[in-house]
Amino acid sequence: MMRRSDFLFVVMLCITLLSTVSCTRKQDNREVVKFWAMGYEGEVVAQLLPEFERQNPGIKVELQQLPWLSAHEKLLTAFAGDSLPDVSPIGNTWIPEFIALGAIEPLDEEIAASQGFDVADFFPGVWDSGVVEGRAYAVPWYVETRLPFYRTDILRESGIAATPKSWDEWRTAMAAIKQHVGPERYAILLPLNEFEPLLSLAIQQPEPLLRDGGRYGNFRSAGFKQSLGFYKEMFEKKWAPVVTNNQISNVWDEFGKGFFSFYISGPWNIAKFKERLPPEQQDDWMTMPLPGPEGPGASLANGTSFVVFRNSPRKVAAWKLIEYLSTPETQAKFHALTGDLPPRRSPWRTPALANDAHAKAFGEQLERAVPTPKVPEWERIATEMRLIGEEVANGRMDVDEAATELDRRTDKILEKRRWMLDEAERTAAAS
Amino acid sequence: MKPSTAGWLFAAPALTVISLFFGLPVIAALALSLTDFDIYALADLGNLRFVGLYNYIGLLQNPLFWKSLGNTLYFVIVGVPLSVAMSLGAALLLHSRLGKLKPFFRTAYFAPVVTTVVAVAVIWRYLFHTKYGLVNWLLSFVGIDAIDWLGDPTWAMPTIILFAVWKNFGYNMIIFLAGLQSIPEDLYEAARIDGAGTWKQFRHITLPMLGPVLLLVGILTMAGYFQLFAEPYVMTQGGPLESTKSVLYLMYEEGFKWWNLGNASAVAFLLFILMVATTSGLLWFARRKGIE
Repeated sequence: MMRRSDFLFVVMLCITLLSTVSCTRKQDNREVVKFWAMGYEGEVVAQLLPEFERQNPGIKVELQQLPWLSAHEKLLTAFAGDSLPDVSPIGNTWIPEFIALGAIEPLDEEIAASQGFDVADFFPGVWDSGVVEGRAYAVPWYVETRLPFYRTDILRESGIAATPKSWDEWRTAMAAIKQHVGPERYAILLPLNEFEPLLSLAIQQPEPLLRDGGRYGNFRSAGFKQSLGFYKEMFEKKWAPVVTNNQISNVWDEFGKGFFSFYISGPWNIAKFKERLPPEQQDDWMTMPLPGPEGPGASLANGTSFVVFRNSPRKVAAWKLIEYLSTPETQAKFHALTGDLPPRRSPWRTPALANDAHAKAFGEQLERAVPTPKVPEWERIATEMRLIGEEVANGRMDVDEAATELDRRTDKILEKRRWMLDEAERTAAAS
Repeated sequence: MKPSTAGWLFAAPALTVISLFFGLPVIAALALSLTDFDIYALADLGNLRFVGLYNYIGLLQNPLFWKSLGNTLYFVIVGVPLSVAMSLGAALLLHSRLGKLKPFFRTAYFAPVVTTVVAVAVIWRYLFHTKYGLVNWLLSFVGIDAIDWLGDPTWAMPTIILFAVWKNFGYNMIIFLAGLQSIPEDLYEAARIDGAGTWKQFRHITLPMLGPVLLLVGILTMAGYFQLFAEPYVMTQGGPLESTKSVLYLMYEEGFKWWNLGNASAVAFLLFILMVATTSGLLWFARRKGIE
């Protein structure tokens, strides 16, 4: 017995030694770039990395996948613990926050030094969401904008010949649909747990959402009140049900059943509707640009953008990865794998996107995309906007009250920012 | 060596751990609640401002804080007695000599305690679905119209309470069962000889004998119910119209969503003070009644 265990021990030792040796031998001198990516895209991007490593034999990419829900928290914790990766695609609305933290650095030099990196090819509003005070901090990876998905058959049956372009045309269409479908069904779904539908309507107005360089809320402007009024009207006239997405439980199914005919949502639902709706219903739905007050106006530009973190010692290699993932060819491949929409125009001319009838409206609308206010507190303000929107939809506040209350809450949230800006001015004046 | 020194020595490891991992963080959190620690301060500590009691004053003036406090109290005041009554009822049924299939029911009642909140909450969301839910389907036979359980601000909290009670009563039931089993049988026998009926036996023997257990269960349940978080987080996200947003949920949002750690610490301390006050109140009441 003793002997056998001794023998086993020696064998184990040999294996351990051998594997260490082989490991050290296999260990290459390649530079390791730490790359964090979120959600489904984080899984899929792994398929694009071997090609990058082939083109850049000196670089190895270490991919870490994060779930979206905890990504923001993890990045902030990593910042506090000084363990951020080299490069990561972060949500567009997080960019100002990470700039305020001093966690990311401008990429202007790298962009200028890269041949063939065509900034003008990007949708201008989408590119602009990574630009703060004239410096580019982020390179868009994929984009989303919100627009209505609609039921072509129900619109036709309700006597609506052309898709609405302005709010007035949209009003007529929704009234006709409501008339046609009756009290049990609705014309549009505006989930109360999302701020995007209301924000999409609000951003079409000429007035900015914040004023004085992001010091105060600007929700008492005539434009915002008009948008909020239209939002309220849709609930008041029972064109939209007063529900959250949680209560719908299966939006695709309900859309198929005609519970609502318009649904303001993002590009991921193109693939979802193709998958979830039965084949015989596939001709009954389409996407359209979001109608604006006087015809299609500015639209939201959300999505994610690559940033390089300030403390990264491998900025050159990190930039190479961004450059590779931003080429039109890689973006076209990425679109084929995920269905995500590319932020630059040239991939849109490839057959896969050019011939996609459902994507067309998105491409059109992205030309008019504008970024949301670039203050770190924006997500919180947008959340307050959603809560106020919910009060309005439930008829607990009128438009004026809601606008005043939203301004009050926003000004309170921005208090620290005002202090920071004033402080910076004082130091600048003193020196 | 004096006996007391030896005692302190023996207790030292535990005391060290407690002061290091409990005492210190609590003091740090108290200090944090007097500042406006946020992402700007995370970037540069120079941006940290000492604000004294401003966070607390701000909270006391914030309608959302009062709303979530009201929601939490609603949950505690309705949920705790209901939960304790359910547990006691189930324990009495299981303890009764007339009961059949006891091991089966014991397991069945205890099963919700060991299931994960998230998985069960998803199922409950389907049960309480307005259009397709089993609950509304059953109610339709009695002629009750569909109720929007999780979407109507008046019904959302009762649904959450029902869920929490169902999820938790098994645990207290086990404690009550142990308590019931330790009541000497001769007391009941003597009572029966004196002609006491079932109700009188329960009123004058079972309840007084269970006094200390009741107190323990009451305090444990109350402390747990004040920390309402997971149920609304999974089922309603604090909605509709913030009718299920609890104090802890508010703290979570302030701290981990918006990174206002100063404000979040202040919320935590207000909740702490409230819990200490109610628990002391319960203990005082029990002491006056002579239980303990």
